[in-house]
Amino acid sequence: MDQTVFLFLLSDGVISGAIYALIAVSLVLTFNVTRVIAVFVGELAVFAPLTYAVLLTGKVPGTVWLSAAMLVLWAGLERERPRTALPLLGAAGATVGLAYLTASATSPWLLWPAAVLLVLPIGAAAYRVFYQPKLSETVLFLLIQAVGIHFVLQGLGLVFFGPEQLRPPPLLRGTITLLGVPVARQALLVLLFAFLVLALLGWLFNFTVIGKALRASAMNRRGAMLMGIDPFRAGMTAFLLTSLVAGVAGMLVAPITNVAYYSGFSLGIKGFVVAILAGFASYPLVIAGALFMALVESFSAFYASAYREVLVFALILPVLFWRSVATLDLGGDE
Amino acid sequence: MLEVAGLSVRYGKVEAVREVSLAVAKGEVVTLIGPNGAGKTSTLNGLMGLAEAGGAASLAGTSIVGARPQDLVGLGLVLVPERRELFAGMTVRDNLLLGAFRRVMRRDDAVGESLERVYELFPRLAERRRQYAGTLSGGEQQMLAIGRGLMADPSLLMLDEPSLGLAPRVMADIFAALRRLKEEGMTILLVEQNAVAAFGLADRGYVLDGGRIVLEGETEALARDPQVRASYLGLRRGVAS
Amino acid sequence: MRVFVPLAVAYLALPALLPPFQMTVLGFALIATMVVYGINLITGRAGITSLGQAAFMGFGAYATAIVSSRLGLSPWLGLLAALLLATAMAAVLGALTVRLKGHYLPLATLAWQVAIFILMGNLDGLPGGRTGLRNLPPIDVLGRELTSSRDFYYLAAGMVLVCGWLLTNLARSRTGRATMALRGDAPAAASFGVDPAAQRLKAFVLAAALAGVGGWLYAHFLRFVNPAPFDLQASIVFLIMGVVGGIATVPGAFVGALLVTGLEDVLRDVLPALFGRGGNYEIIAFGLLLLGILHFAPQGLWPVVARFLPRRRPSLPSGPGLPPTGAGRAGAGPLLEVEGLGKRFGGLEAVSDLSLAIAPGEILGLIGPNGAGKTTTFNLITGFERPTAGAVRFGGVDLTRTRPFDDRRSGIARTFQHPHLLLDATLLDNVLLGTFRRTRAGMLASLFRLDAKEEARARVTGMEALRRVGLADLAFELAGNLPLGNQRRLEIARALAADPSLLLLDEPAAGLRDAEKLELADLIRQLAAEGMTVLLVEHDMDLVMNLVDRVIVMNYGRKLAEGPPAVVQNDPAVVEAYLGKPAEDVHGDAEAELADA
Repeated sequence: MDQTVFLFLLSDGVISGAIYALIAVSLVLTFNVTRVIAVFVGELAVFAPLTYAVLLTGKVPGTVWLSAAMLVLWAGLERERPRTALPLLGAAGATVGLAYLTASATSPWLLWPAAVLLVLPIGAAAYRVFYQPKLSETVLFLLIQAVGIHFVLQGLGLVFFGPEQLRPPPLLRGTITLLGVPVARQALLVLLFAFLVLALLGWLFNFTVIGKALRASAMNRRGAMLMGIDPFRAGMTAFLLTSLVAGVAGMLVAPITNVAYYSGFSLGIKGFVVAILAGFASYPLVIAGALFMALVESFSAFYASAYREVLVFALILPVLFWRSVATLDLGGDE
Repeated sequence: MLEVAGLSVRYGKVEAVREVSLAVAKGEVVTLIGPNGAGKTSTLNGLMGLAEAGGAASLAGTSIVGARPQDLVGLGLVLVPERRELFAGMTVRDNLLLGAFRRVMRRDDAVGESLERVYELFPRLAERRRQYAGTLSGGEQQMLAIGRGLMADPSLLMLDEPSLGLAPRVMADIFAALRRLKEEGMTILLVEQNAVAAFGLADRGYVLDGGRIVLEGETEALARDPQVRASYLGLRRGVAS
Repeated sequence: MRVFVPLAVAYLALPALLPPFQMTVLGFALIATMVVYGINLITGRAGITSLGQAAFMGFGAYATAIVSSRLGLSPWLGLLAALLLATAMAAVLGALTVRLKGHYLPLATLAWQVAIFILMGNLDGLPGGRTGLRNLPPIDVLGRELTSSRDFYYLAAGMVLVCGWLLTNLARSRTGRATMALRGDAPAAASFGVDPAAQRLKAFVLAAALAGVGGWLYAHFLRFVNPAPFDLQASIVFLIMGVVGGIATVPGAFVGALLVTGLEDVLRDVLPALFGRGGNYEIIAFGLLLLGILHFAPQGLWPVVARFLPRRRPSLPSGPGLPPTGAGRAGAGPLLEVEGLGKRFGGLEAVSDLSLAIAPGEILGLIGPNGAGKTTTFNLITGFERPTAGAVRFGGVDLTRTRPFDDRRSGIARTFQHPHLLLDATLLDNVLLGTFRRTRAGMLASLFRLDAKEEARARVTGMEALRRVGLADLAFELAGNLPLGNQRRLEIARALAADPSLLLLDEPAAGLRDAEKLELADLIRQLAAEGMTVLLVEHDMDLVMNLVDRVIVMNYGRKLAEGPPAVVQNDPAVVEAYLGKPAEDVHGDAEAELADA
């Protein structure tokens, strides 16, 4: 393989890796704080660009109504606490308002963040509605619930967006040539944003009190409570962050690859696999795992296209085995 | 400061504490002692909302029974638990900062000051501020746990067996620190199995046995009371042969 | 009989009541039931969440496809091939994955599910390749080819019923109890002789076999196989069926399978009419329904249904019990000897240089302040921790580095500080776990009820144990409904069912009221009078000092004092250990005054 091809595959892998890393990091975050394996993160990722694409045509997509409806439902659950319920109702109204406002706008600088914000409530409300009453159930139960949510969201995706693939316009057009390889400017933007987001998350977790509180909740729930940290709020923050990161990831990658209502699932699964490779533990490991997986995918596509994914998955087993060997396992864990 | 009347605490089926009444006045150091299994930890857990509690208890006039631990911290009730519950993967400094979580959220400016005071009280923590909590020795972990509690600026500091698992030298350091806190006017409810050390620090005490208060009074009097020893060593009520 | 007749009627009559199309749906539901049987076995009972059962179904389907189509042999040989391949693969994959801890296990199953699926889809040599193998021969029963849905139904439903019977037998057997115990009660199970990894592997292989049979049925129903249906999504759907139906039950598998399969079908017809246009909308309704069931019936649907079914009053066991074990009773000299026992955790010596000996028939108490190392010592003796120094001998046999389920530990039985019981099972079922070492029947024997005699004897022994602790009246109550005092007695009954010569009790009085403590002491005294040797770890002085023959006091991991209660109670070192040492700057007066009182 010559240098051009090598660089091409490399750049391809790095960009995919960045996206997988974003998804995986958000999955790990949510799992550590809430024990929920949020398999619907894929839908959360693709809803934003799909919404964006529809807003660009001047229409208001169904996701906006879903967001608003879920906020109203949430407000309904909090009806005995008007201080919480009323702002939620307000947010529902604001969501619809924002949608109509931006539908008639054309500036991507306005539409881009709007699209992400409009779908944000879905993840947060899902946590409140489905998970808050079931916080102490087994991981399997929480997982199956997540699968149920995934079904509903994916189905609604079809209703809202139809079966076609959409390709929202990139923020940066054109390509530049880097070391003899044409690289889309949007792809560089993806890398930049991914890097920024990961850096931001890193800063959040290591240098802000909220981030530290989240880590603490994941480490020791009881200890966190004794510090005045509310586990439900911690979980909600985690879900919000996950929704945000997923939305941004989706927005970044959609102009490069096409997205349709079903694209979420494979993205979610790949992020999930990366999270496994990292043992749902340390974040640097997640990033490394994401890059590793994407590079293996990219390079083995060139060599042995059929087996590339097998390779990836087959590699997981020894890693898992190595990471969990040691203790005398007597527990019937979940 | 703390008024408890007829408190009962249960874990599922087990009633660990029955009809316990006690009081801690502002600035007092009160100790709750008793043999193991007496219900001392359960009493604190019940007050802190970590276990199901019934009866009446109030902190500075506000009822606290049934409240959640995270909210009680906001009211000024702080528990340094038996197992310390430190965040092992975080540094000493981060652990301490998290102790002040609520204050930080409220934009309390005095948090930095509190941190300095903790470092001054426990110089060992100052030395190790960037070390991970999980790598500290037992004594240092206990100091960190207490320091964390102090960071919340408590109106009432509850300590659950701070001497547990500590060598005598270390225990002396910790109790010296507690003495300083007492001199500075901190209100403390101290649960201890080590009755003698507790009596050396506290003004008043309650003896808990089998989930009930069996004795109470000034610590000087308690220290002389033979019933205390009997309670600890099983001489009081014989289980008929 | 009461169950058999309605089932038989339903079985025979159903085809007359349903149109052919519904029969097809039913067929698929029955196929899925086979796979979900396996899932309920490993997830609902053994606590293993497997995201890879569809892969085993695929193995079964392909095995029979190759045998019957490529090799031209009878589909029944295909069944054999399916079973062999599925179980062989499960043995290999299981050996790797069942030892994984916590959530690594399901993730590993996910990994090989996807890997296998992709492999199958891309393997060059795979018969039929990606498009699959067509025109598989139908199953032939006594000359009749099962080509219609009705014909197929009779075979499939028959097999489902038979497997249901087998699994129900298994659930009620020693293997079934051992598997159940893994989910909630693993340390207790281990202490009674259950090897958790081996048990899990057995369950895993059986589940794969069931999935393989499902694959076989599928292949000859559709008469076509390709890799597509055996993917991760299918595995997840099977899990959903299990959870929705009732993951820890046998009938739940069918309920879940029927509901999901039936729904997919119904929704595909109904919803487009509601929405006015065609499309893949059933997935939304399905998702909502799933969420609804999880919310309102978190244990699954079958337990809800079962509440309305008449419950059969179980019969009281009668006849002879299990033969006595006679373990560890022979020989003079101490029953249990501990020499120089030590345990070091990193820099901390939790226990050091501990020696003790218990004579047969003695009641020995092990006491000490919190953190003294009593629990660690207990765990060292019972095999839950490995000593870093010293030795443990029982009846002369060295137990030092053996694991809790080692056979050499037969004759020792223990209880736990927090009752390790199966709260959803009856008292009798809980007690029966204690008989694990005294019974022999393997998984296969249990499936086919060949262990009926042994099982009957075990039940008699279990009842006797309950009688000894005074709980016989409550034998068929759920253990979760008992007050704590009775739960502790139940644990003792379970220990007695093992016919031990040494009984180890870990803080049996914790959390008990006074009256309950008195009763407990009486019980222990009674057992000792009948010849039992007892080692008791306790905090409660009232109980210990008036019950035991001898006391050993520990402090800071070492033996501090030893002797009859009265002597130890007055030992100044003991007093100091319990009431505490003064903090450095407190006068010794307080200490002296206490000592004089």
